[in-house]
Amino acid sequence: MKKAFFASPAYRSAKSRAFFIAVCLFSTAAMAPLFLILWELVEKGHRQFRPELFTHVAPTSMEAMLARISGEAIPGGILNGLTGTLTVLTIAILMAIPLGIWTGIYLAEKRGMLMARLVSSLSDLLQGMPSIVVGVIVYVWVVRPMSSYSALAGGVALAVMMLPMVVRSTEESLKMLPVSLKEAGLSLGGSYMSVVLRILLPSAFSGLFTGALLAISRVMGETAPLLVTILGAATVNWDISRPVSSVPLLIWEFYNDPNLVGLIWASSLLLLLAVLGINILAKSIASKWKIQ
Amino acid sequence: MENTVNTDYILELKDVSVSYGGGRNAVDKVSASVSPNTVTAIMGPSGCGKSTLLRAINRLHELYRDITTTGDIFLKGQSIFRMNPMMVRRLAGMVFQRPNPFPTMSIYGNVLAGYRLNNIPLSKAEKDCVVEKSLREVNLWDEVKDSLGKKGTFLSGGQQQRLCIARTLALRPELLLMDEPTSALDPISTARIEELILELKKEYTIVIVTHNMSQAARISCNSMFMYLGELIEFGPTKQMFTKPKDKRTEDYLTGSFG
Ligand SMILES: Nc1ncnc2c1ncn2[C@@H]1O[C@H](COP(=O)(O)OP(=O)(O)OP(=O)(O)O)[C@@H](O)[C@H]1O
Ligand SMILES: [Mg+2]
Repeated sequence: MKKAFFASPAYRSAKSRAFFIAVCLFSTAAMAPLFLILWELVEKGHRQFRPELFTHVAPTSMEAMLARISGEAIPGGILNGLTGTLTVLTIAILMAIPLGIWTGIYLAEKRGMLMARLVSSLSDLLQGMPSIVVGVIVYVWVVRPMSSYSALAGGVALAVMMLPMVVRSTEESLKMLPVSLKEAGLSLGGSYMSVVLRILLPSAFSGLFTGALLAISRVMGETAPLLVTILGAATVNWDISRPVSSVPLLIWEFYNDPNLVGLIWASSLLLLLAVLGINILAKSIASKWKIQ
Repeated sequence: MENTVNTDYILELKDVSVSYGGGRNAVDKVSASVSPNTVTAIMGPSGCGKSTLLRAINRLHELYRDITTTGDIFLKGQSIFRMNPMMVRRLAGMVFQRPNPFPTMSIYGNVLAGYRLNNIPLSKAEKDCVVEKSLREVNLWDEVKDSLGKKGTFLSGGQQQRLCIARTLALRPELLLMDEPTSALDPISTARIEELILELKKEYTIVIVTHNMSQAARISCNSMFMYLGELIEFGPTKQMFTKPKDKRTEDYLTGSFG
């Protein structure tokens, strides 16, 4: 009797329905924080989210206080942070991506060899390194010898953080390619180099590009390693040997100044949108350029 | 050169052995000679070392650390192990069992891939000429002449395989090595490739691995029968099919193997 009930189609379809509803509920619950955060940032930040945010440097505490007292929006924006983030990210990209791709090629091609296994484990260790530790190391390596905080030092710190991600994504996307591709290239008389550059890398391009974008979006919001490398600057500065600011660093400064707290939300919203945008771009590229 | 080799042969194998490291040799002391403008079929049961032998001629085994090749192979009288491997691979073009067009390149780009990989500069007119000639040789031109810019991977399996043959022919190799080029194809595509092979015989020398005995009978002048890595019998195809010298060849050809 009882057995028959559990085996009945009605019971089984009810069970699968219940399971489906549970899956929906849990996925909604998992997505909730993202939407709550977005909502909160939009609600609190929309007033400051205006063209001035992109065209003016951060206000001083005094300017902000005066505006606050008279009930106006805080003047100024985060231009110095935006240009700083741009500079530091560019430096990091220029260093980490070529180096990471070379290393990834090496790991994919020499898989199983002792040296490759060693490099691979070290890369994993680097990935797990706390970001503040990276910052402090770069302080010792770059800031002290140059006797100045600089965009360059920040770029090095972010490059160190990006490197293992780029290495891994390059390695994985190259390993997914069939061996026949490499053999076909070589059997046409191509040199090893030209087969890697003209056939393997282009075929793995979507994976490489996605990996690079995700690595960029991951380090974009890093604050800790920048605190000890770029220091911060109140003006726009394009000289990479001098201190600069960055968006997450500005958010940290706003947080520490009661008069500037009002700027946190718009800046955070901007940062979040940038990261989300890059992620969506990465995903769409991954699916669009996929090689069957 | 201390080795006297007959340069009438385009390909000579002398005691070629290949080992994948550990166990018995996958190819064991194979010696054979191939004359120009002939089609030589390599037959034998699965796992007997046909692909391994073919890949040895292309020096593809060097890419893997555990594989060792011994003996000598002469291409037009010159030992391939004393030539630059890139040169060897250009002289002995390879067509693989599964069609493998380069996924990022157009049909046009696929045909010219060999030139790009070898950094051989061509003018636009020369490129067009090579592409058209090679695609005509494989009877693909009429089917794709209006879509040369499309990706090679959008073609059907049979078309892809013909594209891969065109890609190899574009470099004008002396020798064409084909590893079961029709095993992934339907009967119509297979028939077209067989026709193509007979056509190509006029200009090229072809060594083809095949599991299909009637195919071997249709297209080849000479046949090799391999068993457990050894070359059991090598001679004119007609003779092998009518009067095999070895019991094992006979058993294989009559299907009573085992
Ligand atoms: N990569 C490899 N590593 C180790 N052993 C291999 C490898 N490739 C082939 N072998 C072994 O070498 C022998 C010959 O293989 P090969 O691929 O040359 O056979 P084949 O005659 O081409 O067979 P088939 O008709 O199935 O393609 C087999 O016994 C196989 O187990
Ligand atoms: Mg095989």
